Amino acid sequence: MSESKTDKYRRVAYYPGCALEGTGHPYNRSTKAVGKALGLDLVEVENWNCCGAMEVKNVDPKLQTYLSSRVMSIAANQMRMDVVMAPCNGCYHNLKKAEHDLAHDPASAAVVDRLSAKAGHPAYQPGQVESIHALEWIKGAIGEDGLRARVKGGLQGLRIANYYGCMYTRPRNIFPEKDAGPGSESTAKPHFMDDLLAAAGAVNVDFPLKTACCGGAHTLSDSDLSTKLVLNILNAAEAAGAEIIATECPTCHSGLEMHQIRAEKRFQRKTQVKIVYFTQLLGLALGLSARQVGLHENVSASRELLAGKGLG
Amino acid sequence: MIPLEAVEARLTTLAAGTPTADDAAEILALGEAVLEHWVRARGETPTEDRQEGFRLLALHRQGARGLPSFNACRESCRELVYHHNLLTWQPDHPDADRRARMMALLANHLCLFVGGKLQTERLGEFCCASKPVRAQSG
Repeated sequence: MSESKTDKYRRVAYYPGCALEGTGHPYNRSTKAVGKALGLDLVEVENWNCCGAMEVKNVDPKLQTYLSSRVMSIAANQMRMDVVMAPCNGCYHNLKKAEHDLAHDPASAAVVDRLSAKAGHPAYQPGQVESIHALEWIKGAIGEDGLRARVKGGLQGLRIANYYGCMYTRPRNIFPEKDAGPGSESTAKPHFMDDLLAAAGAVNVDFPLKTACCGGAHTLSDSDLSTKLVLNILNAAEAAGAEIIATECPTCHSGLEMHQIRAEKRFQRKTQVKIVYFTQLLGLALGLSARQVGLHENVSASRELLAGKGLG
Repeated sequence: MIPLEAVEARLTTLAAGTPTADDAAEILALGEAVLEHWVRARGETPTEDRQEGFRLLALHRQGARGLPSFNACRESCRELVYHHNLLTWQPDHPDADRRARMMALLANHLCLFVGGKLQTERLGEFCCASKPVRAQSG
């Protein structure tokens, strides 16, 4: 971990995105609580907008590029920030995609220039800010050693399967900082969440489906298929010996929670593994209460398991 | 060619049961059968080539040609091969049964994912593939 990253990530523009104001609220709450506990400064992006998510991207990718670029433009030009941190995989992915598009596709840049002028703000220029995920934020600003020094009690050997979902690493070409040698994140076998939770006292199980598709995009068109894909992920986590699946994406998290319940109702297949955001687990390891990290807002009922280990 | 429904039924049984290292070859073959269906559905003849020693990986490469969203199952294929290697090289390892179950779950995931894409090719398209970006960058 470089010294510059430690300093650079200490104060970042925080882009929660839509999901963290709704179903992903416990992720929002725990991210802020962990930041505060670690002495990191989150400054919310002023008047932020939707990143374009999956829906806009599918209809008009260049419009999605503009929407994401506006968030980065506000952070860079109004707030004078160097780093934008997005905990949501969808937002993070779209900021990175917009950065890539603007650097490589003149047609996208032209659309962003035109729409930015129309909206009355400076067009974002590639390289003005660095967009990072919450995993990269904590890993860069605090690191494993820093975390070890701060945990109070730790995660007591909690057995965890780390699930990263699909958008944190794909497509590889929009993440040039990944697969960049020692210390960098891997797109084939991501490990930042594993590293942080191990430093907080967890035992990471060998979980080969950590980037497997959860069928999120298929939820409406074929709910049974999504449920089967999620059930398979839940079964694999349990077969690996996990008590908890740690998540770092509100869409994945909601999908796992929803389809765990649906699998029981639709296919009479009950699984016991609990689904918890990695920031909630880090917060508990840092001595925060269950309420402070928003465990009561999760659908997956993990409080009994965690309280049994003296957490929260 | 084994019907995809039969592949799914067999993998469901294996994944829910207690497979052993002896089942590794069958699970790998079922994974290949899944990808054969995908390649044939695209109007191509499934390759007999091998990539890094495995037909499964060659079939994946063939299936992903021109369709970046198919890379969403790339790691599942590689993990399948990895588990096959573990079970072949260490059939008596204390973790062999757990590894065999995990291999069956991986193949099951591949089957579900590809089955979903055969219904709606856009599975995986919205999320991780971001086709327009990849198309532009070659």
